[in-house]
Amino acid sequence: MILDWLTYGAFFLVTAASFGIMALGLNVQWGQTGLFNVGVAGFAAVGAYASALLTAAPATGRVGGYELPIAIGWLGAVAASGVVAALIGAITLRLRADYLAITTFGIAIVIQLVAVNAEWLSGGPFGIAFIPRPFASLQEHALTFNLANLALASLVTCTVFIGLERLMRGPWGRVLRAIREDEAAAASLGKNARLYRLQAFVLGCMIVGLGGAMQAHAIGFIAPENYLSALTFQVWAMLIIGGAGNNRGALLGALAVWGLWSLSSALVSMLLPAGIQARAASLQLVLIGVLIATILLLRPRGLLGERLVVSRFLPQRKD
Amino acid sequence: MNLQFVVDGLLLGGLIGLGAIGVTLTYSILRFANFAHGEFITWGAYATLAVTGLIGWATGQQLGGAGPFSVGWTVLAAGLVAMLLTGLLALGLDTLLFARLRARGNAIIMVMASFGASMALRSLLEFVFTSEPKYFSRDIQIAIPLGAGVRVTADQLLMLAIAVVLVVAVHLIMTRTTIGRSMQAVSENPHLASVAGVDVDAVIRATWLAGGALACAAGIMSGITVQVRPFMGFDLLLPLFAAAILGGIGSVPGAMIGGLIVGLAESAAVPLVGGGFRAAVAFLLLIAVLLVKPAGLFGMRE
Repeated sequence: MILDWLTYGAFFLVTAASFGIMALGLNVQWGQTGLFNVGVAGFAAVGAYASALLTAAPATGRVGGYELPIAIGWLGAVAASGVVAALIGAITLRLRADYLAITTFGIAIVIQLVAVNAEWLSGGPFGIAFIPRPFASLQEHALTFNLANLALASLVTCTVFIGLERLMRGPWGRVLRAIREDEAAAASLGKNARLYRLQAFVLGCMIVGLGGAMQAHAIGFIAPENYLSALTFQVWAMLIIGGAGNNRGALLGALAVWGLWSLSSALVSMLLPAGIQARAASLQLVLIGVLIATILLLRPRGLLGERLVVSRFLPQRKD
Repeated sequence: MNLQFVVDGLLLGGLIGLGAIGVTLTYSILRFANFAHGEFITWGAYATLAVTGLIGWATGQQLGGAGPFSVGWTVLAAGLVAMLLTGLLALGLDTLLFARLRARGNAIIMVMASFGASMALRSLLEFVFTSEPKYFSRDIQIAIPLGAGVRVTADQLLMLAIAVVLVVAVHLIMTRTTIGRSMQAVSENPHLASVAGVDVDAVIRATWLAGGALACAAGIMSGITVQVRPFMGFDLLLPLFAAAILGGIGSVPGAMIGGLIVGLAESAAVPLVGGGFRAAVAFLLLIAVLLVKPAGLFGMRE
């Protein structure tokens, strides 16, 4: 019994970590740079599918299936979402801010359409199954297997977290925040705002793609319906609740929202008859929507707000 | 080439245009892209269904089609009530959410709030009505051949006529009445307009009422000619944005023409690329406009 709980707990944390990485990616864009990306689900899908195609076994009627190591798959995921992000960013980041919201909303819809309809590429509505899971050789011992996966997920999450913390406290992060707060002032110091925005957008999407790939390998199969706008909402809720601008907040938010989500799903499936479970699932989404709106109204800083740091060599500001 | 796509495209374009007018007005007057606008379309369609049911229950009459149409006068009456209700829904959402965020003056936070609101509104409908599609009428309409292989149903003609009437009405209101001119003034320069004595709050109320009512009309058109389901408005959101940007933000005729272009392009593309990729057409048009002429056909700013 306790072993079951430990096994489940480890799996829960692995999934939470993949959401946490997506929230970290979104934090580079929204928290640091003020870019509103409504296509999180799309970039997560690009990462997940890219990695799945590189690492899974070949299937008839579909490209890919190169059975490469998982690490190569994850690198491929990062590269693929980066390329898509660079294309979108180059077109929209020179325009007014909410055009980015509209185009990322659109690209996520198109990516989902491709996932459903382009069977030669994505396996169609049934998606891709048998995506290799890390440490598959340990699979017979459920607990060891899940703990090993948790160790890997923690390692990747910590690496991304520490890397971003260093980046954000260094000169590059300072320029991003300067552009966010006062673009004219930053430009007058010779900073190319558009280029920095593009860099932040692409970096953020690459991290989201990595999160998507990790999730695909943790679960073992992917389907287009995993990448509907509900996923975008979830990741946004994580960042806003945890505290935009704060990497710790992004991780805490991922843990809190995914915990709430799993708990309410478990309650729904335990307490309600099967007939109305699908309806109750839509109530979960109502809850997330209301939560986002309420936090924006009442506590825009989230649980852990942004800590204003000019440089890691200077004492922290008190406000 | 079969010209049937022209009829389908005009109808689709008409309803996209009606929705896009609301998007373009909120965008230019309140200065944010409202992601909850698609939900006004869906709520309008469900409100019409509900009010129609209420009228039928109150009068105890069997609901049948009037003349050659699949729907009767009750739907028309219910539609007018639902347009008012949807306008009030938009107004209520503004009071609860947008007005408070507007006071802080960060447009992108409003976009995000509208994103949250759209999720909540859509899922609430899904909870109440389930995702099962609903219909105004189960009657099968006989299409009238117009020649050249083109067929059109009486319902389609009626919907096109209603769209034309609504667009002309909006155009007259925007150009001939005080509130319409005030709306244009606020969209050009809110500070100057308020200094000149324009009641900005009244303009904001009128914008939400008009946007909600027109979205409801689009929802009824879509509901009668296709079906009513919780995602109908959300699926139209990308075409609405594409139409509003294509026409030029702030331009009412632009939104309508943009809507027709998007609708015709989607209908023309379906035989070529298959129905599955229909939504990608609006996205490609959007990208093309942003690359070539970001101000749109009739836009002034930027």
